Amino acid sequence: MNKRSGVFTALFALLLAVTACSNTRFSGGNDNAEKTIGLSISTLNNPFFVDLRDGAQATAAKQGAKLIVTDAQNDATKQANDIQSLITQNVAAVLVNPVDSDAIVPSVQAANDAKIPVIALDRGSNGGDVAATIASDNVAGGKIAADFLAKGVGNGPVFELQGIPGTSAARDRGQGFDTEIATKPAIKVVAKQPAGFDRGQGLNVTQNLLQANPDVKGIFAQNDEMALGAIQALGNKAGKVIVVGFDGTPDGLKAVQAGTMAALVAQQPKLIGGTGVEDALKVTAGDKVETQPKIEVKLVTKDNVADFLKA
Amino acid sequence: MPSMGVDKPDERQRGRERRPRGAAIREMLSRNGALGGLVLMVIVLTILSADFLTVENVLNIGTQAAVIAILAYGQTFVIVAGGIDLSVGSVLGLTGVILGWLIASASLAWPLAVLLALAVGLLAGLVNGLLITFGRMPAFIATLAMLSAARGLALVISGGIPVSGLPSMLRTFGSGDLFNIVPYPFLVMLVMFAITAFILQRTYAGRCMYAIGGNEEAARLSGINVTRQKLVIYGLSGLFAGVAGVLSTARLASAQPQAGTGFELDAIAAVVIGGASLTGGVGTATGTLIGALILGVLRNGLNLLAVSSFWQQVVIGVVIVLAVLTDTLRRRRSA
Repeated sequence: MNKRSGVFTALFALLLAVTACSNTRFSGGNDNAEKTIGLSISTLNNPFFVDLRDGAQATAAKQGAKLIVTDAQNDATKQANDIQSLITQNVAAVLVNPVDSDAIVPSVQAANDAKIPVIALDRGSNGGDVAATIASDNVAGGKIAADFLAKGVGNGPVFELQGIPGTSAARDRGQGFDTEIATKPAIKVVAKQPAGFDRGQGLNVTQNLLQANPDVKGIFAQNDEMALGAIQALGNKAGKVIVVGFDGTPDGLKAVQAGTMAALVAQQPKLIGGTGVEDALKVTAGDKVETQPKIEVKLVTKDNVADFLKA
Repeated sequence: MPSMGVDKPDERQRGRERRPRGAAIREMLSRNGALGGLVLMVIVLTILSADFLTVENVLNIGTQAAVIAILAYGQTFVIVAGGIDLSVGSVLGLTGVILGWLIASASLAWPLAVLLALAVGLLAGLVNGLLITFGRMPAFIATLAMLSAARGLALVISGGIPVSGLPSMLRTFGSGDLFNIVPYPFLVMLVMFAITAFILQRTYAGRCMYAIGGNEEAARLSGINVTRQKLVIYGLSGLFAGVAGVLSTARLASAQPQAGTGFELDAIAAVVIGGASLTGGVGTATGTLIGALILGVLRNGLNLLAVSSFWQQVVIGVVIVLAVLTDTLRRRRSA
C-alpha cells in the first residue's frame, strides 16, 4: 500500500510540475497590446493538422499576435477542457478545429458566454455562435476530380472509393464528384464502395472490385491513402488506369511524380490556418468577415507537382 | 458460469477421442459449426455473383484474410487460456513502424530488421504477460493499456506519417506470388495455421492453455507453472501480432502508424465465430481459420455485390451474430 501511494505521489508531483511549467509559459501577455489567440486542434498526429498549425503560427508571427496551441488528441472531452482553459486565460479569440461537430457545441457556447469570438477550422460546429467556418471547398474538389477523370478516361467504367461513411469530407467530396460525373454520360461509375480513408482497405476493396470489373479505366479515391492502396491493387496496370486522389500528402505527391497517380486534388491546410488567424484578428478589431469562406483546392498533376513537393 | 466449466472437458473429449463410426462429416460440422456457415456463404455468393468463385478471387480472399487470421491465431492461445488480448492491433502497427524505421532510417538489412520487429512484438506480449502475472492486473486492463501505449509509440516513432521506401524483396514478399500462382501472404497464413495447430494439440504449452482456461486453480494445483505458461501465451500472441505487422507492412510497401486500428476486434470475432468460448478452455486453430475466412469472404462478397456503404456495417454485425448463435444452439442441442 505504501509503495503504491508513493507511486501516486510521484505521479501527482510530476503532474503539478508539468502544469506549473505550462502556466508560467502562458501567464502574462494578456495585458500587452499584442492579442493572444487560442487554437484548439483536434489532433497533431496527422500531417494535415500539423500544416494547419504551422500556417496559423506563421501568420500570427507576421501579424505580431500571440498564438496558444492545444492538441485534443482526437478526444472531444480533452478538447472541452482545452477550450475551457483558453477561456480562463481570457484569449481575444478562439480558433477551433473540432474533434466532433456536435460535441464542440457546449464549448462554443461557453466562449460565446465569455464574449470571446469563435472561428471554426476545417470542420464546423453544429451549434453556438461561430463568426466563421473556414474549410476546404470539398464539393468543388470532387467536381475538379470528376472533370479530370472524365477527360483522361474518355469513356468507360470507373470506381469511386468512399471515405468513412457519414463524415463531412466523404459526403462533400462524393457529392461534388457524383453531380459532376453524372453530366458525363460516357463515363459509368460501376462501383461506389467504402474503404475507410485507409490504404490497406483501399487495396483490398480495389482488388475485390477488379474481380467484377477487370476493364476499369479510372478510379477516384476520396483521399490519397485509398488512392495509394488502389495503385497497389492495380499492380502492373498502375499508370495505365487513371487514379485520382485527394489531400496532397507527401506519399500522394510522390506517386503523382512517379506517374502511378494521374492527379490529386490538394488541400491547403496552411492557408486554412493562416486565414483563421487573419479572420480572428479582424473579428476582434470589430471588422466583418465572410462566414463560410471556402479555401481553394488545387489540381496537382505531373506538370505542377514539383511546386507542391517543395512547399 | 460454473456449469460451463464442468461441460467443457466433456465436450472436448467427445470431439477428440470418441469417434462414432460413419459420422466423420457430422463430427467435423459439430466441431466446427462455423464451417457450415462458411459453406453456406460461399454457395450464396456463387449464385449471386459470377465473379466470386474464381481461382483469382479465392486467392485474393486468402491474401486479404491473412493478417486478421494470423492475429486471430495468437488470440486463440489467449482466449483458450481464458484471457483476452486487446493490444494485438496496436502491436501490429508498432512492429510495422519499427520495421519501416529500421530499414528506412537506421538502414538495416531487411532480414535483420524483420527479426528485430518480431522481437518487439514478442517483447510487447511479454510485457502484457508480466503485467497480468506479477502485476496481478486483469488481462483486459493490461492489454488495454498496451493498446494505447503501443499505438502511441508507433505514432512517436513515425511522427504520424507513413514510412515508405521499403526494399523490393520485402515488397515481393507482400504482394508477389509463389510460382506466379500462390500469393505469399496466403502461404504465410497456412504456415502459421500449421504452427498454431501444432502448438495447441501437440505441445505441453498447448495442453496447459486448455487446462488454465478450463480451471486455473485446478491447473495450478496439478503442478502447472501458471505464471510461466501465461508469459508464453501472451508472448506468443505478441509474436503473432508481430508477424501480422511485418506482413501488412510488406503488403502495403509502407508502414502505416494507424495500421491495425480496430483489428483486435476482428481477431476476437474470428476466434469466437470459430467456436471458441470467451470463458476459456475451448477453441481450435481450424475454427479460428474458418472464422477469419468468414470475415474475409463477407467483405469480399459485399464489394462484389456493390452493397451500399451504410448497409455493409449492418450486414457484418448480423453475420457475426448469426455465426455465433447457430454455433451456440448446435452445441446446446448436441449436449
